[in-house]
Amino acid sequence: MMKSYTQPDIRGHFGKYGGKYVPETLMFALQELEDAYTGAKNDETFQNEYHTLLADFAGRPTPLYFASRLTEKYNRAKIFLKREDLCHTGAHKINNVIGQMLLAKKIGKKRIIAETGAGQHGVATATVAAKVGLDCIVYMGREDTRRQEPNVNRMKLLGADIIPVDSGTQTLKDATNEAIRDWVTNVRDTFYVIGSVVGPHPYPMMVRDFQSVIGRETREQLSQRQISSPDYLVACVGGGSNSIGLFYPFIENDSVTMIGVEAAGYGITTQQHAATLTLGTPGVLHGNLSYLLQDANGQVMPAHSISAGLDYPGVGPEHSYLKDTGRVRYESVTDAESLDAVRELSQLEGIIPALETAHALAYLRTLLPDTTAGETVVVNLSGRGEKDLGTIFKELHYT
Amino acid sequence: MNNRIHKILNTCRKTNRKALSIFITAGFPGIDATPSIVKTLEKAGADIIELGIPFSDPLADGPTIQHSSDSAIKNGVTITTVFDIVAKIRRDSDIPIVLMGYVNPVMAYGMEKFMKTAATKGVDGLIVPDIPVEESGEYREFALHNNLAPIFLAAPTSSDERLKQIDAASEGFVYCVSLTGVTGKTNGLSDNVSGYLKRCKKCITHNPILVGFGISSGKDAHDLAPHADGIIVGSALIKRIQNQRNGDYYPEINAFVRDLREGLDNN
Repeated sequence: MMKSYTQPDIRGHFGKYGGKYVPETLMFALQELEDAYTGAKNDETFQNEYHTLLADFAGRPTPLYFASRLTEKYNRAKIFLKREDLCHTGAHKINNVIGQMLLAKKIGKKRIIAETGAGQHGVATATVAAKVGLDCIVYMGREDTRRQEPNVNRMKLLGADIIPVDSGTQTLKDATNEAIRDWVTNVRDTFYVIGSVVGPHPYPMMVRDFQSVIGRETREQLSQRQISSPDYLVACVGGGSNSIGLFYPFIENDSVTMIGVEAAGYGITTQQHAATLTLGTPGVLHGNLSYLLQDANGQVMPAHSISAGLDYPGVGPEHSYLKDTGRVRYESVTDAESLDAVRELSQLEGIIPALETAHALAYLRTLLPDTTAGETVVVNLSGRGEKDLGTIFKELHYT
Repeated sequence: MNNRIHKILNTCRKTNRKALSIFITAGFPGIDATPSIVKTLEKAGADIIELGIPFSDPLADGPTIQHSSDSAIKNGVTITTVFDIVAKIRRDSDIPIVLMGYVNPVMAYGMEKFMKTAATKGVDGLIVPDIPVEESGEYREFALHNNLAPIFLAAPTSSDERLKQIDAASEGFVYCVSLTGVTGKTNGLSDNVSGYLKRCKKCITHNPILVGFGISSGKDAHDLAPHADGIIVGSALIKRIQNQRNGDYYPEINAFVRDLREGLDNN
């Protein structure tokens, strides 16, 4: 057992990472949020409403599914899939959105803004905003509105305003810049629902806490199968919310090996990847200090991934800390490997995974030969793949 | 601490002059243009020059400065280039120079090395909008150590208590942001800006206050002058450079700065 894990400190630092690198205008809103969140932890009414919505609206708990044919293929450790794809709206994102939306209501904000890459966080935010009756504006890079069109249409139907962002690389990074500019402008009546364990404190901590329901359920579901502890946890990492959600409840248990899988795009020897922890250096983007893809002059470099949700040059600050301490191992897989994994899971298990999730699945080919029959691997099946059918069909040459 | 910023603001106070600080992105529209633009600004009545270090993701800036920042990066501007520009200006000018930029390029350059070099080249102060007082430990220490004024920003959303902390952490002046928003808003000053600046004056007692964001005309300058020790103008000037397609923007920016100066002086 590892000694007790107490990150972040009171000022939101995970070791040297994290913090609040934002314009002064936002500082009061971060304090307001931190106070509301701290209060909500011991507020029975808030907790009841949160857990009721997770159960009745989001559909929790999600199953822990034994992937028998995938297990048979490798003939080593047992492979389980935590089925976050079965959450309402199709990904783990809603766990966090429900929590933040209830905080927005509690603080009394009337207007909700969000950034989105793949559109899963945008859809979750639009969904819960509709449910609680708040106005919702979603910033999305122009490039992403093209490659994730089904999600754009879902958000529109749910009543959200989608603002396509034309600056920079027209992807998640630029959508986040625009969302922050909106927030600075309208901070008095606007709540920014951040979709991952990124941004300034308290977001990385708060989003982690909301997502850690994934790991807590997994632990209970394994124990119902007489498995006291998993041997390996595997999840994809873009900003890093689904992975930290699975990992966090196991973090003090040293017998659990944790692997975060980043997007290697066309390959980590090319300039076109999103392997921030593998190849980045510490820097500040979007309000926190963390690993970052940047050039020698500190300009942020464009990331690339076939998966819009992983196509981001930053990463949550807690992952940077967990990398430096060695508690979590970070690996990467390419666009092509992730596409293979989509096809494999679809045809072996009847589950179409999101391209993001497929990165975690693709890593099983490297991991499984090193495992033994008595061991257990849990993969976080963070989202479903319907939104990616256009990209998948094009790339795999289906007709 | 006593450097060119303190001297000019002391003189301003004694002579009842309102300070005019002008922001331009270093290396925009070209690397060689900046020293001659600065000379024009100084002649037209600017008291302080803020040189922007370009950054790929300037999240406190509106479209005008985003664009000038992108152009400067395309022109090859790095922190080293900015220091060269400062050295060039210093050959024949003693105007106070403040560098304004986001924290990431400064960190990439190395915080301590940045401060040392800045001081050597003739920089007087620093504005880093994404370093609030809470994260300023090392930054402030290295700045003070090199006789550079760390200038923090105050916002309409800052509590009285925070305004006092910002005053205590700052040297040179406090940069009072006039509105909640990014740079370059042109739809006029907000109605309650005088109330906010009154609150700033009450809480900020160690430093002069300069107000910036959304100031785009001599009239704005005139309206704000009674409520602050000076004003800061950036986007409105850069827009005038961007709009001059034939490249001769000097008459235009000269006239604009004179207009601002007049607005401040006729009070």
